[in-house]
Amino acid sequence: MKPNIKFLQGNEACVEGALYAGLRFFAGYPITPSTEIAETLSARLPRIGGKFIQMEDEIASMCAIIGASLTGNKVMTATSGPGFSLKQEALGYAVMAEIPCVVVNVQRGGPSTGNPTHVAQGDVMQARWGTHGDHAIVTLTASNHQDVFAMTVEAFNIAETFRTPVILLFDEVVGHMREKLVIPEPGDIPLVERLRTSVPGGVDYHPYLPREDGRLPMSDFGGVHRYNVTGLFHDMWGFPSDNPGVVHGLLRHLVDKIENNVDQLARYKEFYLDDAEVVLVSYGSSARSALHVVRNRRARGEKLGLLELQTLWPFPAGIVRAKCARARSVVVVEMNTGQIMREVKAAVEAPEKVFLANRIDCSLITPTDIRNILRLIQGRGV
Amino acid sequence: MERCRLVFSGSGGQGVITAAILLAEAAVLEEGLNAVQTQAYGAAARGGATRSDVIVSEEEIYFPKVNEPNVLVCLTQEAYNKFYPIIRPGGMLLTDPRYVKIERKVDARQWELEMFRTVMERIGKPIVFNICMLGAVLGLTDLLKPESILKVLERRMPAAFLDMNRQALEIGLELARAA
Repeated sequence: MKPNIKFLQGNEACVEGALYAGLRFFAGYPITPSTEIAETLSARLPRIGGKFIQMEDEIASMCAIIGASLTGNKVMTATSGPGFSLKQEALGYAVMAEIPCVVVNVQRGGPSTGNPTHVAQGDVMQARWGTHGDHAIVTLTASNHQDVFAMTVEAFNIAETFRTPVILLFDEVVGHMREKLVIPEPGDIPLVERLRTSVPGGVDYHPYLPREDGRLPMSDFGGVHRYNVTGLFHDMWGFPSDNPGVVHGLLRHLVDKIENNVDQLARYKEFYLDDAEVVLVSYGSSARSALHVVRNRRARGEKLGLLELQTLWPFPAGIVRAKCARARSVVVVEMNTGQIMREVKAAVEAPEKVFLANRIDCSLITPTDIRNILRLIQGRGV
Repeated sequence: MERCRLVFSGSGGQGVITAAILLAEAAVLEEGLNAVQTQAYGAAARGGATRSDVIVSEEEIYFPKVNEPNVLVCLTQEAYNKFYPIIRPGGMLLTDPRYVKIERKVDARQWELEMFRTVMERIGKPIVFNICMLGAVLGLTDLLKPESILKVLERRMPAAFLDMNRQALEIGLELARAA
């Protein structure tokens, strides 16, 4: 069969991935540089019997996808920094009530309305800790359209497997750039479908009673079971509880279901790490510049490698530690003031060998920027 | 094929981004090459300096922006003033004398083609100025086959507009051949 090749924007690759994964409901409030996700889905979803709603704002969009997910649909919303800030309260609700959903943040310059049409990676920590309270979250990213597609499918699979919101943290360069995407055939990438309860109607269903494997089967809201959903700490029936045992047990569960599966959730790519004396650690569009440098320097015989992170949260500290263990220096390449660098420093055995190659002027970090940092840490000057 | 880096620049609404997309799409879907297209623009929908970068290569492309274009197209004076210094020595600069007064020599082949005037005389619709420019670029560089662009136009354009675009592409190729 002739491969299905497209030439499109990263935002459209995200849409293709979401539809492949089974997206049926999207609510959003368009914002640069994520707008093409809403625009494309407004045309595509109705044609396959799905629903697209342009809501009055980002908060309502987040709430709408939570409700739609409870009724049994795969759901998504998309935004950028300012909208992502607004979604944080409801995002926490989805964490607490364990509602599978996918939230895309195509990052632009910030804080506030910042720089709408230019690139930044300043929302990494917001993805981790933007909503209040102790919690765990899954955040994925990608540097090219094939991976945007794959990570979007992964996001839906992880959301269903772990009953959790998953954040797709892309950036303006990847979102707006156009390049090739080969759309996989149906079945090429396995899909995780909603785990539904086998409890029949008329029999008590406990929405928050884990099975032996820890998973919580769901019942489509509005279907055969009546149950309660709340942002308060709750018992196995979903009713509010301030019983310290219940509170402790639920918070432990919410954190452990993610943090105990760090390795299972880790997605990354490695380039020339086997004998690398200098390891670049990067993600998103920055990783393209890093890979450009690595390929060029390797051609000249320099022992440079790249660890490209695709799972940012939970942070794959064990993998980063192992991959950087033999490196003389580690250079984190990102477009913020060092949000992932701090995680890398905490992960490796010798934090003093970790350096930052960054750019915070809403321009894509260039291979020259990275080469200059490499020369500086090698004591060779720019 | 040697990697080719192009920058199309002008003012918002002139269609430089569209032209860049058509070129990159034709490279990928019609000629089996790799291509990456990016753009830089402000928050305004019209006006303001617009720039679109395209890299075409047989190899994988990582860094997607163009630092030193082999091919630089400037369709406004503002774009020319801003971008002419970045052209790669030995590269190619294409401008239209209706919009750009060349102020100094750069180390590049400089082509001033009357694209806008010819389009207005023969088609009468400024909307296909960008397609004429694309034809001129193909004529001057042999980067892709003109039929590849035509195939993309056929896929994307409503039938009623196709003829006008085909004509504009042909005018660009003619101007390049005559240059």
